[in-house]
Amino acid sequence: MAIFRALVFAAAISGLLAGLLLAVMQQTATVPLILKAETYEEAAPPAVHDHASHDHAAQDHSDPGPAGAGQVAAGHDHADEWTPAEGMERLLYTALANVVGAAGFALLLLAVSEAAGGLSGWRDGLAWGLAAFAAVALAPSISLPPELPAMPAADLLARQAWWVGTVVATGAGIALLVYGRSLPLAALAVGLIVLPHLVGAPQPASHDSPVPHALAQSFAVTVVVTSFVFWAVLGALAGFLRQHFTRRAA
Amino acid sequence: MTTRTDSLVQAGLASRAVQITFAGLLGLFIIVGTGFTSLPALHNAAHDYRHSTGFPCH
Repeated sequence: MAIFRALVFAAAISGLLAGLLLAVMQQTATVPLILKAETYEEAAPPAVHDHASHDHAAQDHSDPGPAGAGQVAAGHDHADEWTPAEGMERLLYTALANVVGAAGFALLLLAVSEAAGGLSGWRDGLAWGLAAFAAVALAPSISLPPELPAMPAADLLARQAWWVGTVVATGAGIALLVYGRSLPLAALAVGLIVLPHLVGAPQPASHDSPVPHALAQSFAVTVVVTSFVFWAVLGALAGFLRQHFTRRAA
Repeated sequence: MTTRTDSLVQAGLASRAVQITFAGLLGLFIIVGTGFTSLPALHNAAHDYRHSTGFPCH
């Protein structure tokens, strides 16, 4: 179990540090834009916003019984479900989600790179982190820009499926570019990276949005830039710690 | 002797592959839990994280 333990320790520590850094960047850069968008969400007519905004619980649902679950599936109307209180509690849960999510991404990155021989130090980790940024953050954002609350969007499952497909195709394409040693493989790699954007991300029926275009655009840019810093730090930390823990285990 | 060493090496490789696979699956499980699960409490707790990292949220 030495390898498993080394990967989990390296992922937990790099996830904690990079996740906290991302949480700090979010509180200064992205969360203020989310809060601003929520003011448009609350001002918009009910038909536009399928997200449970935080203060109109009473008007939207009359049946809190078993039917509540069906409502969630049908219309994302979960205003009566638990939601962190505004302020410190919301901030803490966001930070917790960042740390846990970062540890998950670090563990997946470490497992995939271990199968390819293992990260040999922080520089190796940085290169893998930047490749992961391209696959996980940059590629999906090109055709499915990061969304603010209240923005119109296509069906959630369809967007999630497209997001996963894009991450997998881009990741496979980058791996082929790096490890494939022939022209046909390089051509296949380029095709894999372009394919999700030829297919196209699921689009909403109408792009009419209560959120100003400038706000949506600066949010998308901010998400990509903060993700870039996050992945560079996460990769470098994961590479350094993986080397540290496997050396100790040997 | 050679066969014994070979089987030891094979057992080591198999164990390595199993450990790497479990680490990757655990990572995937965590990513799905924080980024994709539509359980309302999880969605609401991770709401700002999902938006701020470009996950499709709702």
